[in-house]
Amino acid sequence: MSRLLMTGNAAAAWGARLAGVEYVPAFPITPQTEIIEMLAGWCERGEMSARLTMYESEHSMVTGAASAAATGVRTFTATSSQGLLYAMEMVFAAPGWRAPFVLVNVSRALASPITLEPDHTDVLAARDSGFIQIHCATCQEVLDSVLIAYRLAEHPRVRLPVLVNQDGFHLSFTREPVDLPEEARVRAFLPPFDAHQAGFRASRPVSQVVAVLGGSPYSYFRYQVHLAQREALDVYDELAAEFAAAFGRHHGAIETYRCDDAEVVFVLIGSLAGQAKQAADRLREAGLKVGVVRPRLLRPYPASALRAALRGKQAVAVVDQNLSMGSGGVLYAELAGALQGCEYMPLLVSFIGGLGGRDIGDAEFFAMANEARDAARRREVPEPRLLYTARELRELRKLQAIAGTGGVQEETR
Amino acid sequence: MSEQPYKSLKDLPRSHALSPGTAMCAGCGGLEALHEALDVLGRKTVVVNAAGCMTLLANYPYTPFHGSWLYTSMASAPAGAQGVRDALDILRDRGRLADTDDLTAVVLTGDGSAYGMGLSATSAAIERGLDFIYLCYDNEGYGNTGQQSSAATPHAAKTSTSAGTQGYAGEKKDLFAVWAAHKPSYVATVIGADPLDLARKVQRAAALKGPRLILALAPCPTGWDFDPGDTVEIGRLAVKTGIWPLKEYADGRIVHTRVPNPRVPVEEYLTRQGRFRHLFEPERNDALIAAIQARVDRYWDDVG
Ligand SMILES: Cc1ncc(C[n+]2csc(CCOP(=O)(O)OP(=O)(O)O)c2C)c(N)n1
Ligand code: SF4
Ligand SMILES: [Mg+2]
Repeated sequence: MSRLLMTGNAAAAWGARLAGVEYVPAFPITPQTEIIEMLAGWCERGEMSARLTMYESEHSMVTGAASAAATGVRTFTATSSQGLLYAMEMVFAAPGWRAPFVLVNVSRALASPITLEPDHTDVLAARDSGFIQIHCATCQEVLDSVLIAYRLAEHPRVRLPVLVNQDGFHLSFTREPVDLPEEARVRAFLPPFDAHQAGFRASRPVSQVVAVLGGSPYSYFRYQVHLAQREALDVYDELAAEFAAAFGRHHGAIETYRCDDAEVVFVLIGSLAGQAKQAADRLREAGLKVGVVRPRLLRPYPASALRAALRGKQAVAVVDQNLSMGSGGVLYAELAGALQGCEYMPLLVSFIGGLGGRDIGDAEFFAMANEARDAARRREVPEPRLLYTARELRELRKLQAIAGTGGVQEETR
Repeated sequence: MSEQPYKSLKDLPRSHALSPGTAMCAGCGGLEALHEALDVLGRKTVVVNAAGCMTLLANYPYTPFHGSWLYTSMASAPAGAQGVRDALDILRDRGRLADTDDLTAVVLTGDGSAYGMGLSATSAAIERGLDFIYLCYDNEGYGNTGQQSSAATPHAAKTSTSAGTQGYAGEKKDLFAVWAAHKPSYVATVIGADPLDLARKVQRAAALKGPRLILALAPCPTGWDFDPGDTVEIGRLAVKTGIWPLKEYADGRIVHTRVPNPRVPVEEYLTRQGRFRHLFEPERNDALIAAIQARVDRYWDDVG
């Protein structure tokens, strides 16, 4: 094992290399490009014995990935943002093929307006696709998650594609120390892909993806994917334990930080967890018992683990780095659904923050924690709120003054 | 598959690679061409399909195919063929696929995909030199959704989105030329009504490697509005009038495999189809008929 400084993108590429990936369909998009460039270099120099094919779009790329996986080779692909959305028809189709492969998404906020910076609206658009979703908070986790993802995807009780998510910039371009596991030990944890009877062979013709007549067979096959996702909850726990035994790092379905005695808990996903944990430490110094819960698995949704972690807490501040227009935060709505009807559950308060890479400062974590606690005392659920300061608004007004007002719609307040 | 070139109809394969009893309309010219092509290609195929009428061939739990099948999407069948082909190559290189287990990737789509939504995926697959055969059944419209006009709809044809007195205002895209411009291994136009010409071309394509297109005009009783019993006759007329030139491209050269001489007037072809009835009823539209004839004449004049 060696310890290297590497970006989240490099960690993703190393994950694919160590996993013994055989096929890489690729198409570039910022901030994912470093992943496919590294893989292309390794393939070209023979340091990795895989074939990389450049496709002409992500829609084709995901079609190619699913087709290759359905033919029986271990397949890896990666995209981000607009690319994930461009591929979306196939992202929703692939799980029904029951063809396991891994897709790393480097979260980046969606147009419009245009930005390269991160938030999670892209990956959450794929939430209902049938892809398993693992969300990472560190570069180490990106590498480890790719390895776990192949075991999970190829598991006979699961057989689904897995999306491993990392935040653009905060992880993709940030160097962190990463333990690079030895190849032999990875191979012991993750043996070569056994496609069983799947794949196209002259001696064994198969029909993959066919029409059904009516809602009954349709419901049956769709529900099979749902059940496979539910199976994946247990399988994931087993694999996480096995991974911890082999490599000494445990990546649970949810991560909890200083939760046992916490009164107020932040719930959020991705690399924002790092800031939330620091804020929790400071808030504790200031006298408020704060913890952090970070779901790593978002699909399947680890509802019972979340219920267990949040039971008995006073308040939860859900920080959504996404926005479902006309509703609010996606994580908030999901968590409310999971806690609904359960006893001793905390009051949930919804915050939208970090859109398009906007920072969330310590002061805002303090304010969120206090507001959540106060709301719980008052037993009132406030409206979802966007983290946005008066100063930011003044700065924006200056930009608007420069841009001029012609043709710009009156804003909604 | 026979190694000798087919000389007459008697040489064509006797065993069939596609079972009867499908959900296609009676008299479907696309199905006719598919039958004939698959008989030559045999069973060692994986048919990669895009959304269209033929998607309903594989209908759970039945399939008429004796080989394999993969449905992808309307836009990305060539990408599916790329993924399958790449994976088969990887498996073969690593000794996990016996040579006898290898398959030919056959993309099967309608014109809507081939001329339009799937064209970018097709162009890229050709560019990459993908080893595959693209079989397009061209019924000159989005048949599965009710025959709206597509990029393959001929000038003046009535479709469900061009139902006025002048029919479709656009011109049929020249997909043969679009493919040939990519310099692929092989491009051919065919029609089910000329099974010998079709079989020879499929046979020739099958003996080559790389990107190959078999573009079949597919008389469609439902979308073109004619009696299902007339499919073959209308197909023959498409060739005899010169509207559907039978030709092939290989090694940078285009050769016409059938040269109609003398050419039957296009009117014979048009009058047999409801989609052109507005050219004759309630009044004859001499100008439009003459324009269609002139276009065909110009094509053959240019061919020389
Ligand atoms: C992305 C997408 N858009 C639209 C459709 C609806 N659709 C299904 S089949 C079809 C027509 C396809 O036309 P063509 O390729 O000519 O095949 P045909 O139906 O004529 O056999 C359309 C538009 C679809 N399946 N997918
Ligand atoms: S609509 Fe036309 S192409 Fe489609 S199945 Fe019927 S006859 Fe064939
Ligand atoms: Mg069509």
